[in-house]
Amino acid sequence: MRLEVDITGKTFKSAAGEQHDVIAGVAFALEAGEVGVLVGPSGCGKSTMLRILAGLDHDFQGRVSRPAGARIGFVFQEPRLLPWRSVEENVRLAAPRADEAKLSALFEILELKAHRNHFPGELSLGLARRVALARAFAVEPEFLILDEPLASLDAALAARLRDEIAMLMDGRSMIALLVTHDVDDAVRLGDRLLLLSPRPARVLADVPIRTPRSKRGDAEIAAIKLDIMRRINGDHAERDAS
Amino acid sequence: MPRLLSFAVFFVTWWIASLFAGDAKLPPPPIVFEAMIAEARSGDLFFHLGATLARVTLAFTLAMTLGAAIGYLMGRVRLADRLGDPWLILLLNLPALVVIVLAYIWAGLTEVAAIAAIAINKLPTAVVTLREGARALDAALDEMATVFALPRWKKFRHVVLPQLSPYVAAAARSGLSLVWKIVLVAELLGRPNGVGFEIGVAFQLFDIPLLLAYSLSFAAVVLLIETLLVQPFEARSSRWRPRAA
Repeated sequence: MRLEVDITGKTFKSAAGEQHDVIAGVAFALEAGEVGVLVGPSGCGKSTMLRILAGLDHDFQGRVSRPAGARIGFVFQEPRLLPWRSVEENVRLAAPRADEAKLSALFEILELKAHRNHFPGELSLGLARRVALARAFAVEPEFLILDEPLASLDAALAARLRDEIAMLMDGRSMIALLVTHDVDDAVRLGDRLLLLSPRPARVLADVPIRTPRSKRGDAEIAAIKLDIMRRINGDHAERDAS
Repeated sequence: MPRLLSFAVFFVTWWIASLFAGDAKLPPPPIVFEAMIAEARSGDLFFHLGATLARVTLAFTLAMTLGAAIGYLMGRVRLADRLGDPWLILLLNLPALVVIVLAYIWAGLTEVAAIAAIAINKLPTAVVTLREGARALDAALDEMATVFALPRWKKFRHVVLPQLSPYVAAAARSGLSLVWKIVLVAELLGRPNGVGFEIGVAFQLFDIPLLLAYSLSFAAVVLLIETLLVQPFEARSSRWRPRAA
């Protein structure tokens, strides 16, 4: 199973009728079991790209080939839960085949056990995100998409949720694509980092990380981060200098 | 409790007003209740209430079902909206009396004509309300349902319908009052039974207690429907809202 992406262009027409280039050229491939991370500044077209990859947007130039009929698990940036259904119903609706054992395991890892019967309106953002994560993992996705799953959470909570996501991704053979603007999260969760330019997005660098996620030490993470910062800033050097 | 108090205020005001207006114009509550009880004893009250209620139920169901379907379509499909809009404006502004008279002329003084005429009067307001609801559907949730491949029926039941339910409740409430107003006109003009027919009789005899007895009985029925059906439905469909009004 393999995801091949070659988007050569995507324009977006604003309400005022102006054309905006969102994506200039993004090409990469991901194998099953590999976690790809799109790293780029806010507003560079990452979310647009995810919508294309999930098959929600067909209006683009280029080609995306993902396994036909692949089950998709999508964690949207805003959790997008059904406010009129309980936490458990939200998960079960998306994943009707998930059995009780699997659900309790998921709720256990994501610390949602006490919230099964709550409505989304009664949850904090951190908890709502966890429900969205539970829903995405409950469908046993072949293609998992995470759009900024750690944004707008405080540092301690983000770190805990990041560990939980890592735990859930380990031992699952799926294509996973994570979007973030945080280099630290990217290095800790990803197997291959795709650095994107500001809008219109193109790939600045394709950086594989060979060490398995669980074996990455702090020193190695720091080194990779340094390398990535250098690559990103190298691109901006001229602009920063002026 | 506040509801009971509000009823008490109504009856007291009525009683005082009747003292000023005189029995001939506005009989006090006891006289009206006497008339009500007399009609109930003879069985006429229930017969006419039943006839009217049956017409209301049929016309209301017909108008709500059709109106919801058309409104949803017009809210989702732009072409349907453009095609349907002139019709909608025409129907919205067509006086109820015109529809009823035309229906009786074209279809005769029949039950079908009466119910169709009432339903046609209610239809456009249901369409307008549900169209608004369909337009306000959340695109983000729609995408979520698409990505997770929710089957059509599940998506409708769990994603679409809960979003429409406040609009359905609003349409039902305004529709019920509208239908009940129009059904009496239809009965007055061309039906041999029903509350409207009885009120016509009372008008010809200038029998104000009878007139009030029938109007109040039907108002009580409508109040019961509102309390026992519409409000529980609303409460159930909005129980997820943190502290709904």
